[in-house]
Amino acid sequence: MKSVADPASTRKNRWEREVVEPTLRKSPERKGTFTTISGRPIERLYTAQDVAAIDYDRDINNPGEFPYVRGIHPTGYRGKLWTMRQFAGFGTPEETNQRYQDLIAAGGTGLSVAFDLPTLMGRDPDHELCLGEVGKCGVSIMSLADMERLFAGISLADITTSMTINSPAPMIFAMYLVVAEQQGADWKTISGTIQNDILKEFIAQKEYIFPPRPSMRLITDIFAFCAKEVPKWNTISVSGYHIREAGSTSLQELAFTLRDGLEYVQYGVDAGLDVDDFVPRMSFFFNSHSDFFEEIAKYRAARKLWAEAMKNRFGAKNPRSWQLRFHTQTAGVSLTAQQPYNNVVRTALQALAAVLGGTNSLHTNSLDEALALPTRETATIALRTQQIIAHETGVTNVVDPLGGSYFIEKLTQDMVDGTLKYWDTIDGMGGMVEAIERGYPQQEVAESSYQFQQAVERKEKIIVGVNDFIQADERPIEILYIDDTASDVQLKRLAELKQTRDNECVRRTLEALKAVAKGHGNTMVPLLDCVRAYATVGEMCDALREVWGEYEEVPVI
Amino acid sequence: MSQKIRVVIAKPGLDGHDRGAKVIARALRDAGMEVIYTGLRQTPEMIVTAALQEDADVIGLSILSGAHMHICPRVMELLKEKGLGDVQVVIGGIIPDVDLPKLNAMGIRGIFIPGTSMQHIIDYISANARVRV
Repeated sequence: MKSVADPASTRKNRWEREVVEPTLRKSPERKGTFTTISGRPIERLYTAQDVAAIDYDRDINNPGEFPYVRGIHPTGYRGKLWTMRQFAGFGTPEETNQRYQDLIAAGGTGLSVAFDLPTLMGRDPDHELCLGEVGKCGVSIMSLADMERLFAGISLADITTSMTINSPAPMIFAMYLVVAEQQGADWKTISGTIQNDILKEFIAQKEYIFPPRPSMRLITDIFAFCAKEVPKWNTISVSGYHIREAGSTSLQELAFTLRDGLEYVQYGVDAGLDVDDFVPRMSFFFNSHSDFFEEIAKYRAARKLWAEAMKNRFGAKNPRSWQLRFHTQTAGVSLTAQQPYNNVVRTALQALAAVLGGTNSLHTNSLDEALALPTRETATIALRTQQIIAHETGVTNVVDPLGGSYFIEKLTQDMVDGTLKYWDTIDGMGGMVEAIERGYPQQEVAESSYQFQQAVERKEKIIVGVNDFIQADERPIEILYIDDTASDVQLKRLAELKQTRDNECVRRTLEALKAVAKGHGNTMVPLLDCVRAYATVGEMCDALREVWGEYEEVPVI
Repeated sequence: MSQKIRVVIAKPGLDGHDRGAKVIARALRDAGMEVIYTGLRQTPEMIVTAALQEDADVIGLSILSGAHMHICPRVMELLKEKGLGDVQVVIGGIIPDVDLPKLNAMGIRGIFIPGTSMQHIIDYISANARVRV
C-alpha cells in the first residue's frame, strides 16, 4: 500500500482545499466532530495516506497466514460457516432440555447453556441469597442428577456444547464429563467450551467466588487436566463480552480481554505447562456492538495482536497457538425495551459486523431481551437472522471482504496501537491480577460507562426509540414470564437428593477435595469424585470457600 | 439551605450486573445528593440496615435478574417493621409490565426500566423523597 510519485498526502490536501472547503461553505457538516459509539473520532475520508506505513505482507497478509488479520481459515466461510450457537437456559433442566431439542430441530449447530444465578455463584437453591433467583436467568443445576436431565436424549458425542460458567466451572465441567462417560462418549473426542474466565468477572460481571489467585489455580488445573484427558475441549473462553456490557469502549474490551488472555498463558507457563500444549485450546468471546466498522476492526486487530503476542512474547511455535478463535454475541446492552421490534434490526447489523470480522461462532440476541428471557418465537427469529446472513446476503462468498479498505485497515491498526498502550500500563502494574487488585480496569470501565450515558443524556448519541424518535402509543409485546415452579421443583429435589444419596461418600469426597485445595494436586481429580457421589455445586464450592475464603470487592463508582 | 437528599443504592440478590446501579449512583451524586452504594449481593435485611444507619431518605434497588417480586415485598415489610415507612423505595431494572400494579400496591411507584433517562430519575427522586426536618 505504499504510494509512489504523487504522494497521497498531497492529493488529500488538494482535495480538502479545492473540493471540500467550497462544499462546507455552502453546506456545513451535521456535527463538528464525528465519533464512534466508543467516542473515537473518525475522519471525513481515509486514503492511501492513512495506510502508507502498513506493509501488507508483514502487517496484514492473506487469510490463513500470520498474523491472521484477514482470518485464520484460508477459505473463510466458503469452507465452513460459523457455528450458530444460541445461548439458552431457564427453569428446570427438563424445560431447558426441551428448548435445546427445539433449537437442534430448527438447525442450530451447537448448544450453549445459560445457568441460573445460584448455579453461577456456587449456591444451592436453599441459600438465603437465592430468594427468587432459582431458574430465572438460566437453568438450575444443583448436582449430577440435573446434568443428566439437561442432556437426556442429546448425544454428547455428536454435539458441541458451550457452557457459560466461571467460578464453578470445574464442578460443572466435571458433571458434563461424567454424563459423557455415562453415555459412552469418549473424553478424547468430545468437544465444547467452558467459559472459565474469572478475570473478566472481577473486572465486569462480578460472578466471582474465590480470591483471584486460587481462582487462577482452578483455571490452570483445567488447562493441565484437559491437555491430557480431554484434548479437544476448549478450556477457556476469554471474554470481552461482559466487559463491554459493563460499559467499556470497544478498545477497552479488546485490550483488557487479550491482556486477560496473556495473564492465563503466563499462569499456565508458570505452572509448568508448555505454551503449545494448552494455548491451542484457548478461545475468545467478543461483543458485537452497534458501531459497525469499529467492531469489524476490533476482530481483525484481535487476531493480529494475539498471533504476535503468542509468537514473540511466549515463543509459541505451533500455528494453532497463534490463531485466535472467537465466539461473538450481539450486544445485549444495545437492545431497547422501547419499540422492541427495532431490536431485530440492531441485532442483524451487529451480527453482520461479526461475520465481516470473521467470527467463528455467533449468538444473536432476541428482540425481547431488554424485557425478559426470549420466547420460543423470538429465539427462532434470532437464529433465522444468522441464517439469512449466511445464505441470502452473499457476504460469505469472499474472505474478509473489507480487507484493503483504507478506513478498515487504519482503524484496525489504531485498535492494535491502542491495545499495546493499555498493555504497557498493565504490564507496568505487574500484570492483570495486580491491575485488578488495584481496581484499574474496573475504574476505566466505570468511567467510559458514565461518559456514554451522559452522551445519551445530552443526545450526542442517539438511541432510536429511547432519546429520539419516541413513540407514545406503544403496545406491550408478549414476553416469557418465569414463575416460581422451577424453584419449588428444585428445592424439593435438593431435599430428596440429600436423603437418597450416600452422604458418607459425599463427605469423604468433599474432604479429599479440601485436602487437594490446601496442597498442590490437580483439583479436577477430587472434583470428579465429588460429582460422581452427587455432591451439590453449593457443597463443592463451600468446601473450597472453607479453604480459600471469598472475594469481596471494593466498589468503584 | 436545604439538606441533601440521602440515597442508598443497593444491588440485592446474586446478580453482579452493576453498570446501571453505578451510573445512577454517580448521576445522583453529581446532581447534589448524598449517595451510599452498598455494593453487590445484599439481602433485604442488609439493605434496610444500611438505610437505617445512613439515615436514608430513598432506597434505590437495581434488579435485573427477575427476583424483584421476592425482594421488594421483603424490603417494604422490613422498612415498616423498623419504622422507616416514609423512606421512598424506587427500583430500576428489567421489570415486566404485569408486575407494575403489584409493585405499586406495595408502595413502590418509582419504577425505571431500561432506557429511562438519568434526568427523569433525578427529577423523580427530588420530587418524591421524604421532606427532612
